[in-house]
Amino acid sequence: MSCRWGFPGQRALALAVLAGALALAGCAGEYPQSVFRPVTDFAVTLDNLFTHVFWWTIVILVVVEVILVFVILRYRQRPGQPQPKQIHGNALLEIVWTIIPALIVVFIAVPTIRTIFDTYEPAGEDALIVEAVAHQWWWQFHYPEYGITTANQLYLPVGRQVEIRLRSNDVLHNFWVPRLGGKRYNYPQRVRPGEEPRYNFLVFTIDEAGEYPGQCAEFCGVAHALMRMMVVAQPEPEFQAWVQQMRAPVEPAEGSLEAQGREIFLRSTCIACHTIEGTTARGVLGPNLTRFGTRWSIGAGAADNTLENIAQWIRDPQSIKPGALMPGTTQGAAGMPPTGLSDQEVAAVAAYLHSLR
Amino acid sequence: MAIAQATTHASTKPQTGIWSWITTVDHKRIGILYGVTSLIFLLIGGIEALLIRIQLMRPEMSFLDPDTYNQLFTMHGTTMVFLVGMPIAVAFFNYIIPLQIGARDVAFPRLNALSYWIFLIGGLFMTYSVIAGIAPNVGWFGYAPLTSAQYSPGPNVDFWALGLQILGVASIMGGINFITTIINLRAPGMTLMRMPLFTWMAFVTSFLLITALPVFATGLFFVTFDRAWGTNFYNVAAGADPMLWQHIFWLFGHPEVYILILPGFGIVSEVIPTFSRKPLFGYSIMVYSGILIGFIGWGVWAHHMFAVGMGPIADAFFAASTMIIAIPTGVKIFNWLATMWGGSLRFTTAMLFAVAMVGMFTIGGISGIHHSVAPSNLQQTDTYYVVAHFHYVLIGGLINAIFAGIYYWFPKVTGRLLNETLGKWHFWLFIIGVNMTFFPMHFLGLLGMPRRIFTYPAELGLADMNMVVTIGAFIQAISVLIFLANVLRSVKRGELAGPNPWGGLTLEWAIPSPPPVYNFTAIPEVRSREPLWAEPESIEKQLKEASPEGIHMPGPSFWPLVVAIGIFLSMALFMVDAWWAPLVGVLLTFFGVVNWAFEKN
Amino acid sequence: MSHAAAADAHHTSTGLPTWKIGFWTFIGSESLFFGTLISTYMVYKGRSLVGPYPPDVFSIPLTTLSTFVLLMSSLLMVLALNAVQRGDRRGSILWLFGTAFFGAIFLGCQAYEFTHFYHVGLTLQTNLFGSSFFILTGFHGAHVMVGIVWLLILWVMALRGQLGPQDALKVEIAGLYWHFVDVVWIAIFTLVYLLQ
Repeated sequence: MSCRWGFPGQRALALAVLAGALALAGCAGEYPQSVFRPVTDFAVTLDNLFTHVFWWTIVILVVVEVILVFVILRYRQRPGQPQPKQIHGNALLEIVWTIIPALIVVFIAVPTIRTIFDTYEPAGEDALIVEAVAHQWWWQFHYPEYGITTANQLYLPVGRQVEIRLRSNDVLHNFWVPRLGGKRYNYPQRVRPGEEPRYNFLVFTIDEAGEYPGQCAEFCGVAHALMRMMVVAQPEPEFQAWVQQMRAPVEPAEGSLEAQGREIFLRSTCIACHTIEGTTARGVLGPNLTRFGTRWSIGAGAADNTLENIAQWIRDPQSIKPGALMPGTTQGAAGMPPTGLSDQEVAAVAAYLHSLR
Repeated sequence: MAIAQATTHASTKPQTGIWSWITTVDHKRIGILYGVTSLIFLLIGGIEALLIRIQLMRPEMSFLDPDTYNQLFTMHGTTMVFLVGMPIAVAFFNYIIPLQIGARDVAFPRLNALSYWIFLIGGLFMTYSVIAGIAPNVGWFGYAPLTSAQYSPGPNVDFWALGLQILGVASIMGGINFITTIINLRAPGMTLMRMPLFTWMAFVTSFLLITALPVFATGLFFVTFDRAWGTNFYNVAAGADPMLWQHIFWLFGHPEVYILILPGFGIVSEVIPTFSRKPLFGYSIMVYSGILIGFIGWGVWAHHMFAVGMGPIADAFFAASTMIIAIPTGVKIFNWLATMWGGSLRFTTAMLFAVAMVGMFTIGGISGIHHSVAPSNLQQTDTYYVVAHFHYVLIGGLINAIFAGIYYWFPKVTGRLLNETLGKWHFWLFIIGVNMTFFPMHFLGLLGMPRRIFTYPAELGLADMNMVVTIGAFIQAISVLIFLANVLRSVKRGELAGPNPWGGLTLEWAIPSPPPVYNFTAIPEVRSREPLWAEPESIEKQLKEASPEGIHMPGPSFWPLVVAIGIFLSMALFMVDAWWAPLVGVLLTFFGVVNWAFEKN
Repeated sequence: MSHAAAADAHHTSTGLPTWKIGFWTFIGSESLFFGTLISTYMVYKGRSLVGPYPPDVFSIPLTTLSTFVLLMSSLLMVLALNAVQRGDRRGSILWLFGTAFFGAIFLGCQAYEFTHFYHVGLTLQTNLFGSSFFILTGFHGAHVMVGIVWLLILWVMALRGQLGPQDALKVEIAGLYWHFVDVVWIAIFTLVYLLQ
């Protein structure tokens, strides 16, 4: 079979158990959200710990199941068998099978507790800080160091330590990009005067450039399944180039459909919620749309980023992402009135957004 | 308040007709009501699961709209935990405990009826919301602040918070009743350490019920008051910490896990010795480990919350306490194996399910240990790995045991045996279906599928495995239909069982099947843990020599139903936009309670 | 012993009346309920974003007085039980009513307190303190209310001569409840009022 499991080879044993079901299923794809394909130090730590624990527990599992099967086969009732010997217990045996699991627990607990403390280690001084603010149902990524903000597509440098600070704007969310490591909650809070804000963080250094999908893992309302994100890990120079790009406005050609779209965008209610760098659009309630055309998707993974989809989204976001807190051309949402854009206007705005590359 | 217990010189003959069921206070009838009701809810919860599985069969399906999907997974969990898992165990408690300890009824027969009616009304209340399309849609543990009026306007969350509140009342009353029954109504000579293990596990479960549910009730009150009266318990804008809910919920929720599983342990501990023709190995250790699990179960709740970021010390504490609880659980598994070792195993359907319970619960236990490892839990929590884990625990551990218990005690309840051929079809299809459904979920989770998503993109590569899971779910459904057919057929036409078809060792097998209203002609004096194996002549003699003449059984009463309606209204009327509305229910409850207390004998 | 135990028609394993065991179990359950309410209050203590805060509204002397009245009612409850056990009908009537009356004084103080707080601007919605304080003490007050109704029913029974020594268990259980509610108040008074 030509499938890539993304498992360490040694886990073949566990896989074998599934062989029947998998033969039915066949297998396909590369499992872009597999926890067995770690690309950060953090993810590798978690994976190694899991592997360690996994083997200890598999020993227990195999022992129990083998004894069970043996007992079933060996002690089946046979015709004319006399009453078996009535044994009420055996103190020694019972002590043995209390102590052995207790020892195994120790073997598991020690590395676990050590790793727990490791995963709470704060980031170093020169780590790149990214504030990941979760909203129903999209992600906002703010880079205080560069003063730039983007949404749903998270650009990170390879080889530099990163600290993701997790916050929420509304309900609980859970930031999870499996190949970067574990997840922690984004929780909302109201900071009291004189108190430091508290937030969860994830600290890691990415080893390998690539695109790593992730998504919200804690149920957060109707569109929870469509609260996805894409991490784009790039070597430092490319990452810096992206930072520069985020600061440089995109100027559509004079008189083009895109320029028309920009003009419509800036005079309509779009700007109440959206920001596009280099324009007068400074809204902060919705996703920042700077360089929107470079995103892998629209609506946080709800649809491919195509001209038609963008237009459809502007007309009626609910048709692509039920529950989306954005008004369409004829239907309001979340207390906001409909935008009232005509089909021509929609086409122009879509062309403008699509051109923001 | 009722001080006097209603008694009458009512006839000891069984009553018939619907009214006799509505007014019944007989623990056996209430047990049957609980059992039948929870099996119906099992079907409802199962249908919800099948709809979920159809939606997830392929990537990007649009069989269900997102909100409907969210309602279905919320109600699937809620139904299976609160309307199936708990009450079906209570059905066994009701029917079996008094018979096992040699009592004529539970300590408070009318309170028992009240528990049932509250459970039924609460269950119907929640199920109504599904049919009306306004069911809870926040997940069965409804994390704040998603449950607030701001993020969940509409009645959906009210059905959840109030429905669970109502069901909680029933469970607390049940717990009080069983504890009192077990403490006070044991047959002479039946010391605590001679009680059957099923009764012991019911005893521990009951303590968990009366201690865990009031905690939950408080948390649910906060949800309701926040929504109805604008209090601030989970209001982040007022400075509240949404983690308060998680702590309250799991402080209840983890003991709840043991509330669900300990009855399963108890049933299996009865079935395995009977069909191995050997007494339970290490009885005392089995008792103590059950008690220990109950205690430690209170100190592990935050292992559900490793992703909260509680800090390394809290994480380390809860990781360690969770690993420790694996030890007494492991001891139980080894003791069941040792009970079978050297025995003479008879593989009736009941025994097959009990053995499957041991094997599959172990798988769930193993993934449980994986979850206790807080750092790698960060990859597993909120994914299908967790879904796989708790289904192995609850289906592998509880439902297998429940089926074992049904096949085992059905002849006692109805006087007729379930058909063994259909039983074996049921068993094998069920085991294949369950493993096909839940084993691949381990992989789905680790390969990146979060829980509670109504859709997933094809690029994740999870489509084929999801298809296998869905097929497995339908195989389970078929096996459950076979089971129901078996029950319906056997109630009327099953082979007659006689008092002790399996050669059972506990007191319930000493009396006719089905048992008479008064259970025992005389309360037998017992001198051992295995009365029907160690001293069958003595028990038989005691029962034969007595006559049922002059046994006083509690008379029927409809006040439990009235009070149940009152309690229901005092909760449900919070949904009406008038502060005084719940008082209507309070008044009806008061009216019912006073009449109950002064009911003439 | 009352006819309740006799009516069980079979022996009890512990020799204790079944109702008493059941009621103690109930009290155990109630303890967890109040425990969670009190814990919530403690967790949110000092975390309100806006006032009024506890020192702005509490009047310790008044609450000390009402606490004293409630404690005294427990004493009267003991006397009532004693009178019922002895078959002292006049004593039963007097002390049962007295207990309920003292309970009512306590509730009156609480009603006054709540109204006063409301006028100072503390409501259920004001802040975390308002929510957790009113819900905690409100649930306690509701328990006192139930106790008063219960005692009054017993009092009416005593007036009608339906409460003899054979009914002592009924009074004993009402007493258990009353003392429990009292003990809960002592915890609330200490943790909420005194330990600011």
